[in-house]
Amino acid sequence: MTEAFRDRIDIALTVNGEQVEARVPAGRHLVDFLRLDLGLTGAHAGCEHGVCGACTIQVDGQAVRGCLMLAAQADGAEVWTLEGLTEQGVIRDLQDAFVARNALQCGYCTPGMLASIKELLDMGGVPDRATIREHLSGNYCRCTGYEAIIDAVETVAQARAGKGAA
Amino acid sequence: MTISFGNPDRPNSYIGKTVPRPNAPRLVQGRGKYVDDIVLPRMAHVVFVRSPHAHAQIGAIDTAEASGVKGVLRIFTGAEIAAVCTPWVAVLAHLKGLKSPPQHAVAVDRTCWVGEPVAAVVATSRAAAEEAAALVEVDYTPLPAVTDMMTALDADTPVLHPEMGDNLAFRRLHEEGDVEAAFARAHKVVEAHFKTARHTGVTLEPRSILVDWNPAEGQMTAWHATQAPHMMQTVFAKHLDLPEGRVRVICDDVGGSYGIKVHVYPDEVATAAIAKIMARPVKFVADRLESFTTDIHARDHEIGARLAVDADGKILAFDIDDWTAIGAYSVYPRTSAIEGNQVVNLCGGPYDFANYRAQTSVVFQNKTPTCQYRAVGHPIAVAVTEGLVDMAAAAIGMDPVEIRRRNLYADDAYPVTSPAKMRFEGLSHHASLNKLLELMNYDALRAEQAALREKGIHRGIGIASFIELTNPSPFMYGIGGARISAQDGCTVRMDPDGSIVALSGVTEQGQGTEAMLAQIVAEGVGVPPARVRVITGDTQVTPYGGGTWASRGAGIGGEAALQSALALKASILEVAGAMLQSPADALDIRDGQVVDSATGEARMPLEELGRIVYFRGDTLPKGLPRELVQTRHFITSDYPFAFTNGVQASYLEVDTGTGEVKLLKHWCVEDCGRIINPQLVDEQIRGGIVQGLGGALYEEIHYDADGQLLNGSMADYLVPMAAEMPDMIVGHVETPTMESALGAKGAGEAGTAGAPAAVMNAINDALRPMGAQVTAMPFTPERILRAMGQIED
Repeated sequence: MTEAFRDRIDIALTVNGEQVEARVPAGRHLVDFLRLDLGLTGAHAGCEHGVCGACTIQVDGQAVRGCLMLAAQADGAEVWTLEGLTEQGVIRDLQDAFVARNALQCGYCTPGMLASIKELLDMGGVPDRATIREHLSGNYCRCTGYEAIIDAVETVAQARAGKGAA
Repeated sequence: MTISFGNPDRPNSYIGKTVPRPNAPRLVQGRGKYVDDIVLPRMAHVVFVRSPHAHAQIGAIDTAEASGVKGVLRIFTGAEIAAVCTPWVAVLAHLKGLKSPPQHAVAVDRTCWVGEPVAAVVATSRAAAEEAAALVEVDYTPLPAVTDMMTALDADTPVLHPEMGDNLAFRRLHEEGDVEAAFARAHKVVEAHFKTARHTGVTLEPRSILVDWNPAEGQMTAWHATQAPHMMQTVFAKHLDLPEGRVRVICDDVGGSYGIKVHVYPDEVATAAIAKIMARPVKFVADRLESFTTDIHARDHEIGARLAVDADGKILAFDIDDWTAIGAYSVYPRTSAIEGNQVVNLCGGPYDFANYRAQTSVVFQNKTPTCQYRAVGHPIAVAVTEGLVDMAAAAIGMDPVEIRRRNLYADDAYPVTSPAKMRFEGLSHHASLNKLLELMNYDALRAEQAALREKGIHRGIGIASFIELTNPSPFMYGIGGARISAQDGCTVRMDPDGSIVALSGVTEQGQGTEAMLAQIVAEGVGVPPARVRVITGDTQVTPYGGGTWASRGAGIGGEAALQSALALKASILEVAGAMLQSPADALDIRDGQVVDSATGEARMPLEELGRIVYFRGDTLPKGLPRELVQTRHFITSDYPFAFTNGVQASYLEVDTGTGEVKLLKHWCVEDCGRIINPQLVDEQIRGGIVQGLGGALYEEIHYDADGQLLNGSMADYLVPMAAEMPDMIVGHVETPTMESALGAKGAGEAGTAGAPAAVMNAINDALRPMGAQVTAMPFTPERILRAMGQIED
């Protein structure tokens, strides 16, 4: 670790709607900041180099890899993790669909998967299965074989579109 | 007390229904508790210094600079760990001749693979420990590395462990009938050389352990991402010189296992040793490179194989020569000879034939140790068997379905003993094949394939029948001397509010163990599943059991749960009979109420019975048994294993220009006996299939000739992603085992067992008109183009 990485930086951001001020090491990843400093263990570190997607969270409305962003870069940002999204009830239908369709097994990829799916569903419309599969191709799941996840997303997208039309 | 499974309208009929998993809502809300989520007061972090050499002598270890890093608490060498932690030797008595040298938690004097722990750095933060670990200077003297499987036994190859005499860890030859005579009289003989690549599990949660030693209590507690908490309790106790009763292993949420987390890992035992030395909690979580270099690897087999058939396509003989290289040590305590042994046991498994010869040769080399990973040996045996059967069909001009019909064991042939001496209680190969052909509309698919071929589109259909070993008895490990429990237990109790708590020795890694147990207990006692709370994964709390491996949770753990639930029901009804002045056998429990069994009339809710038993026991007759808690254990005893069967089909398209394979659809019909939860079984099958597809198309650990692992990241070791995977149609035939009242066999490995063979056969079906064939997995575009002669350099 070089001296530069020992530098500490003051940041102020909102996490799950709450204002957070902290002094963080410059080298602290955002996912480590959330997990270790704020106790938000919903996001998981899977590979720590941006491939597996288990640490995916929402930063300023976009799905972001928590292991590829430094906490210092989140200064001023609006960060949502699965804990906050759950409290807000904004993906309740998706969570229910995951449970009903058994679209999770060990659950380790699930928080990141849900963050990526939220981004897709927020775009609106009813994506076809190939589009859903393509959108989730940055989120590894070793348990389910993906089909149940695709089913759950499709069901929610159709239900939301139906509601919008009604 | 029995359950009339034939009657779907029976009361409390939860077994056989899709019931949601009680732990799923927690996990979709980010409320899981994995080991890395746990933080304890005074917790330290350990990071391991790992060997950069495949084989080297360890000289001086200089920790001076590393010790100066702020936050570093202590640095341990192998010798310092060895002072409190005895080495282990992974052999089993029933695998005759298996040998392996003593293995230390942290290497002492010599390191034998890239990634082996050489020193351990403990610090107040993970970051500080990592920084210091990079500053530990180890004086290595490189030694010649053994890295090639097929030359490992050659005279000019160095012997990896001189005290072992040679590089042969294990060899087993099994012969039945007269193989040479069968080949001599054969109408056709087909022969091929198969390869399955080195795989690893890539659990999304890396291996993780947090161990605390409390000298004031004389108790060690390990929060461990493991499949087998009781086995680990024994291991920690034995090698750290603790009484077994003073070691508690807790297994909360586990982020994927697939066999990876059922083994004893040196760094995890070292973490426990360090906790004991430092008397404070110590956490180890592998990073992703450590996962690739130190999680067990698997497969890595080369098989020369031939098959003899007569003019009618009847199989006369199989002849199998299997080779596998296991790394530098046999893995404790299950050993690394099992996968090769399984290949010998399982080749030709679905078929009724007489002459069989199979040998496995298991050799040492300087790579990461291999051991049991989902479907142990099955994907290899099924690929070899089904590959040869398709080649034989092509050689005699017979449809792949027809040759299977002529050779599969008849559905009324059971019980039967195979040429490999496997005993089958009851299988359904023909019924399963028929169902598969119906689901996939085989004839229409063949017509479509032919029509597209006219247009230059090369599609293939591949079929693979298979057997799967589940519900293991002590014949798997126990008879060899390993303290690995084949039995399992369940305690079921009723609390004052009428709610039910079930404690089980089998564990949950996401496959749905707790849902399955909840619905069995719910039906057995007579309450809704939501009223049952299941507790697993705590050696101080649950009955002793084996945990999760070899697809045993439902078949073994489920039967223990059923029997304990039925026993609790009998206890409740005895009390109810005394309270209601009614014979106990005239009463039943339905939907949480004691009812009149003839009329269904409600007599008393369970919470009222609970109130009386726990708070007004004075009103009950003196001497009335009032223990509303029952424990039952179950072990299989009629058969060493409960075999299941199934058949898979793959439909795919080969791009003959790029060599790429596009998976279009996949089918699986399997027979796991009694299905407890159809959705959970289907999703086990689907997840298993996709792991098998990964092995067929993408997954391969690469080493160079010096034993350096070349692709230790998720970007370089490819696993299936959502975009490339097909939708999968899953069907079932149910042949319950008669060994248990429940009748359940396992379903966790069927998908992985058959998928690679189905894909291989489909690719070869597509390539056959071009005279090309592939038998070395994974079937990369390069290998396919080479087979087609389009790449020749």
